Amino acid sequence: MTSLAEHDHADAAAHALAAGDAMLPRPYRVVRTRQDTRDTVTLQLEPVDGVPLKFSAGQFTMLHAFGVGEVPISISGDPTKEGLLEHTIRNVGSVSGALVAAAPGTILAVRGPFGTGWDVSDGMGGDVVFITGGIGLAPLRPAILELLANREKYNRVALLYGARTPDDILFGDELRKWADLLGIVVEVTVDSGPHSWRGRVGLVTQLIPRIAFDPANTVALVCGPEVMMRACATALRGRGVPAASIRLSMERNMKCGVGLCGHCQLRELFICVDGPVLTYERLAPLMSRWEL
Amino acid sequence: MTDDTRVLGLAGLQALIDALGLRGYTVIGPTVRDGAIVNAPISSLDDLPRGIGDEQDAAHYRLRDRGDEALFGFAAGAQSAKPVLFPSDELLWRSRRTADVTVIDREVEPPPGPPYALIGVRSCDLRAILMHDQILLERTAADVHYAARRAESFVVAVACTDPAGTCFCVSMDTGPSPRGGYDLALTELYADGEHRFVVAVGTDRGAEVLAEVAATTATADDVAVAERVITEASGRMGRALQTDGLKYLLYANVESPHWDDVASRCLACTNCTLVCPTCFCTSVEDVTDLTGVNAERHRVWDSCFSEEFSYIHGGSVRESTRSRYRQWITHKLAAWEDQFGSFGCVGCGRCITWCPAGIDITVEAAALRGTPRKTSQRS
Repeated sequence: MTSLAEHDHADAAAHALAAGDAMLPRPYRVVRTRQDTRDTVTLQLEPVDGVPLKFSAGQFTMLHAFGVGEVPISISGDPTKEGLLEHTIRNVGSVSGALVAAAPGTILAVRGPFGTGWDVSDGMGGDVVFITGGIGLAPLRPAILELLANREKYNRVALLYGARTPDDILFGDELRKWADLLGIVVEVTVDSGPHSWRGRVGLVTQLIPRIAFDPANTVALVCGPEVMMRACATALRGRGVPAASIRLSMERNMKCGVGLCGHCQLRELFICVDGPVLTYERLAPLMSRWEL
Repeated sequence: MTDDTRVLGLAGLQALIDALGLRGYTVIGPTVRDGAIVNAPISSLDDLPRGIGDEQDAAHYRLRDRGDEALFGFAAGAQSAKPVLFPSDELLWRSRRTADVTVIDREVEPPPGPPYALIGVRSCDLRAILMHDQILLERTAADVHYAARRAESFVVAVACTDPAGTCFCVSMDTGPSPRGGYDLALTELYADGEHRFVVAVGTDRGAEVLAEVAATTATADDVAVAERVITEASGRMGRALQTDGLKYLLYANVESPHWDDVASRCLACTNCTLVCPTCFCTSVEDVTDLTGVNAERHRVWDSCFSEEFSYIHGGSVRESTRSRYRQWITHKLAAWEDQFGSFGCVGCGRCITWCPAGIDITVEAAALRGTPRKTSQRS
């Protein structure tokens, strides 16, 4: 360490104070809500102070419901358009429950954006594979929209998506549009479906062998439960995609989003600032350890 | 020690406390309460633990009568300076919700309370403060409350002359004598009859305050005696921790069966993290009043030993005590180095002393060295 003894704490403290309080949120007003599935809602938010939030695809905010609490939620909106802040939220607990119940007009508090992005543009000139399960499509949507804004600069693009049931499929209209009009191979599978379901049933990993891409020249962006991401990364490695070209978005408990609270640590990583998007090259040795 | 080295008598030390008080500092120093050394506001030498020493061992802490007049004749107290500069509960902000508006009030300025002068900060604890500066002030984002408190703080460090049975600062290269980061640093000399304090000056501010009290220039003899008692203290560490290759040892032993052995003793009570001067993990709590109109958000200390710490929907990442102890010691002795360039342990020994089960970080690290390692366990 550079000599701790010589550091100037007063100077560091002055800088810190001048930089402002990362724990202090900005109020946002819920403008519109959309019930996506039985447990998932998309909120469109506008900043009360009128200053729009710029973000990179893959980043998250800390979203706070008055008096209930705050959780990290990935941004699901379009990073290429300045407009409303969009979050697609699944109701899995007390805070996310309060967020999905927020009616238009409700004031929520927002900090961020925080964390690393997908950097989908690294895939320009080559193939891009998006693989996702469940609510994991929401954090990938900004990267897909970013790619679509420059669709011609990418070669083959595929989206492999696994949902629990046909009723849990998110952004169904968009999926059809991306497939029919915008040149994305969209493959959807469900864990279980009714007799009327004509689509695939099974794990999303089973779709990986079905699509065509040039492994050495592919960027793969994967978002879903950790066990699913590991399985997908293994399958992609099996097809020859370099570990450095596979990017995963990690989820951990977060209380601050800026590296202070310590909750999101994965050995030496602070998922909130070093991630959430990290390469499989970096994650592979850490993901293979139970309870790390 | 430099040419600036001065000497204070007992009256001079009292004058130093007075001078800091007159400058508007709340002077915090070691006191005796409930059978332990704890930091508290002081105004006089009579507040200090005169003639009190300590006995420390795994799960053991007792004060003892030294039979002398030493004011700093004990080792690490129950708490470091952490609760002063980084309190266990901090109000982040308040909000008020009315029919059509929600107002969020910042509660940072002015800095909470008057500035603190910390008297008697040990070398290990001083090093921990410098680590907190690095972690809480000099990264992506800063803890502004810590910054406000720290910017104004004044530190009078004290060299340890009588280390305890759980001390191992020499192993961690953090003590027993402070090597910077202080405004003033004292070495207490009492063995040869004349009770006095050799004072090293660390900052201009320290020199200014010292100029207001009757300090004489230290003689070569004073300096030599001070160096001797520190050298002797270095040789009386109660514990040792072999630090060579520690990071790789911990990383390689991620699946060691030894974690089950520790888990069979660990209560996951969080005592070690609460007394640790470097532990910085926190959580946030939201509090509302009965009307539902006013809400507060607080930053509170948290511990990687609690199950909730790693909770994400569906369950905790670290459900077992085994994995939580592994997380704690691996962070302290390995991951910290990748994150911040040093060990996260300063060798104060508090986690050993205050563990109700007597779990000893030095023993557990040594046990890992003895654990046969399968090649498949390399990461």
